[in-house]
Amino acid sequence: MPIGQLELRDVTLELAGRPVIGGLSLTVAANDLVTVMGPSGSGKSSLLAFICGTLDPAFQSTGSLRLDGVEITGLPPERRRVGILFQDDLLFPHLSVAENLAFGLPSSITGRPARTARIEQALAEADLAGFGARDPATLSGGQRTRVALLRTLLAEPRALLLDEPFAKLDVTLRDRFRRFVFDHARAQGLPTLLVTHDPADAEAAAGPVVELAAAGARPATRPTTRPATRPGTRPEPGIAVPRPAR
Amino acid sequence: MAEALQPVNPTPPAAARRPLLGYAPALTLALFLTPIAAGLIGTWLPAFGYLPALGHDELSLAPWRQLAAAPGLGGSLRLTLVSGFLATVISFALTIAFLAACHETRLFAELRRLLAPLLSVPHAALAIGFAFLVAPSGWLARLASPWATGWDLPPDIPSLQDPYGLALAGGLVLKETPFLLLMSLAALDQAQARERLAVARSLGYGPVAAWLKTVFPAIYPQIRLPIYAVLAFSLSVVDMAIILAPATPPPLAVQIFRWFNDPELTLRLVAAAGASLQLLLVIAAILAWRALEMGIATLGRFWLTTGRRGGSGRAARFGAGAGMLAVFAMAGGALAALALWSLARRWRYPSALPDSWTLDNWARQGDGLIWITGTTALLALVSALLALALVLACLEHEQRRKLHPGAMALWLLYTPLLVPQVAFLFGAQILAVLAGLDGTWPALVWSHLLFVLPYVFLVLADPYRALDERYSRSALCLGAGADKVFWRVKLPMLLRPILFALAIGVAVSVAQYLPTIFAGSGRFVTLTTEAVALFGGADRRVMGVYAFLQALLPLVAFAGALAVPAWLFRDRRALSWRS
Repeated sequence: MPIGQLELRDVTLELAGRPVIGGLSLTVAANDLVTVMGPSGSGKSSLLAFICGTLDPAFQSTGSLRLDGVEITGLPPERRRVGILFQDDLLFPHLSVAENLAFGLPSSITGRPARTARIEQALAEADLAGFGARDPATLSGGQRTRVALLRTLLAEPRALLLDEPFAKLDVTLRDRFRRFVFDHARAQGLPTLLVTHDPADAEAAAGPVVELAAAGARPATRPTTRPATRPGTRPEPGIAVPRPAR
Repeated sequence: MAEALQPVNPTPPAAARRPLLGYAPALTLALFLTPIAAGLIGTWLPAFGYLPALGHDELSLAPWRQLAAAPGLGGSLRLTLVSGFLATVISFALTIAFLAACHETRLFAELRRLLAPLLSVPHAALAIGFAFLVAPSGWLARLASPWATGWDLPPDIPSLQDPYGLALAGGLVLKETPFLLLMSLAALDQAQARERLAVARSLGYGPVAAWLKTVFPAIYPQIRLPIYAVLAFSLSVVDMAIILAPATPPPLAVQIFRWFNDPELTLRLVAAAGASLQLLLVIAAILAWRALEMGIATLGRFWLTTGRRGGSGRAARFGAGAGMLAVFAMAGGALAALALWSLARRWRYPSALPDSWTLDNWARQGDGLIWITGTTALLALVSALLALALVLACLEHEQRRKLHPGAMALWLLYTPLLVPQVAFLFGAQILAVLAGLDGTWPALVWSHLLFVLPYVFLVLADPYRALDERYSRSALCLGAGADKVFWRVKLPMLLRPILFALAIGVAVSVAQYLPTIFAGSGRFVTLTTEAVALFGGADRRVMGVYAFLQALLPLVAFAGALAVPAWLFRDRRALSWRS
């Protein structure tokens, strides 16, 4: 199956009647890496939760979300095939590194030898050969992030979301891991959406940038290819009004 | 020289009192470990024929031989094991199934709010209400007869006191499921459940499989002790068993209790041997459960890594939701049945509601009822307040010394909930007799404190430790002493959980049956002992009065625990409900 694209059309999110995201339209093509930037409270996490299908029911959302041309807005999270890498690696502490990866591996790969082989291969590609039996707690932050990415990719997602996955890494390591993550995403040809407030992340991604302002999205200040927001749905286009803390 | 006489640096009051606070953990431990340890010794010695007070001063195996030869022992053991394990397995399975399948439903949020009041219903009241529901002539049969069942007379089915102990298991499930649910919810708060579920769902796992594979392994170690406590309790309960289990042969604990109370004094030795057997039975049961745990963990590890994603969980959601709803509805129905009977003048079978109503059932109890209620309430308040003071002292000591209590402390805390009451209360009574304390208020309060304390601690420890430390630090930096911080900052901010813990303490004390009988030497009558004593003999209307009042006392305590902070903090939004 060819990997398609992730499309958001006219997405609005409201919390208790107050707009959080206003009329965001965005297309992330296969092999594309789009960065969404914004200060905290600008609705970045809510946007990701909306795409994943884990948005808190307190939010009201409208708009359409399509993956590979198929509407996925109403689907439960597990049927969307949207992989996500969180700020925390969230490796399961009750499982070993290999078992964490086996957790991500689809059940269509059957038989212990086949599954083990696939996991070994993934570990080797990530320079983590021989780490399978390790307790995730004994790994360094960078190693854990790599395992978390492997686990996400092994589940064969159709799109990848990155929720500031580098924010908690040591500054000196960030560069290497950005490259590692971006390279892996590109190698799989996935449409990838990176959410961050770190300009260095956006620069490294070297793709289109969408900036979320206080209560909505506005076109990026840098030239971009496909950021599309609709004017008129934003209360104050172009002005980043700090949102009061909720 | 003159300077030396001047207190240059007077000791601050906080420092002067600190040693006193330092004794709190030791005192608390001694208060509840001494009676248990002494009680066990005082039970095991008579079990081997040593009871000088009755003229037995030679060790022998005779009590055990008599126990083994006792008629009906095999039946008692079977009844105990079947009802105990059945109740534990059903309560546990229902709790986990409900959490796994319904964690994102509205039902979950609704039932969560009913949990505390349901949990507060004393065992005896719940058992009597349950009996009023499921008896052949009970409310359920009345509601469905004769239009649906065709029963013009109460049917001849042993739905109560059945030989397998199913009614007892059912009653226990109503009591233990809410407890396990509460303990699981507390564990969930610390298990990063939301994040784990989000990861698993984004990896393609259905909601039930996601919960079972990622959240359950995190919370099980935290609910292990509560499960053991449920198992121990279900295997050794006396008050509910008197009401719901058959009388011949009765469950082991009831049989032991009867021997202890037999006018034939030599039977006390057999009773002591039986009590020791009860302890061994509970230990063996816990070990068996642990072995089962390990076996399931091994299989589970394999299942975790097969990559199977599970389905939408709709059927599980329906089944588990219906099961949990049934537990809550039955418990609510049991309370309603008590209230109805206490207000019934006549209630013929098969009328769905009383034929005529009256307040006479209440009025006729008169002074006796007031006196008994007063005793129950006073006993509950005193033991809950004492427990609260001890727990607060322990927690405050822990925070000032920056201690991190380990797993051992938790096991000690659970000791009174794991050791069957019937296995040590007789020995503790002997101790009380030797100390001249038996049948006195201090002995009675002490015996209740044993069981009130662990619950108060369990309820209060998490909120106390979770209070943002920066409040205390900023108060200290403003020049307040540690004591002032405790009284003026921590206590007011924690008033809600503190009063909640107090209400739990009251509920636990009101529910105590065996400790009241043993420590009180039969001289104190509480609503609980009266309700149990009335069962079987008196008519349902009188039982309804006592059992309903018994259930009402803890509910009043909970209402107070909600109302007082709501009124005090009516102008403090940050301290209002849920904060």
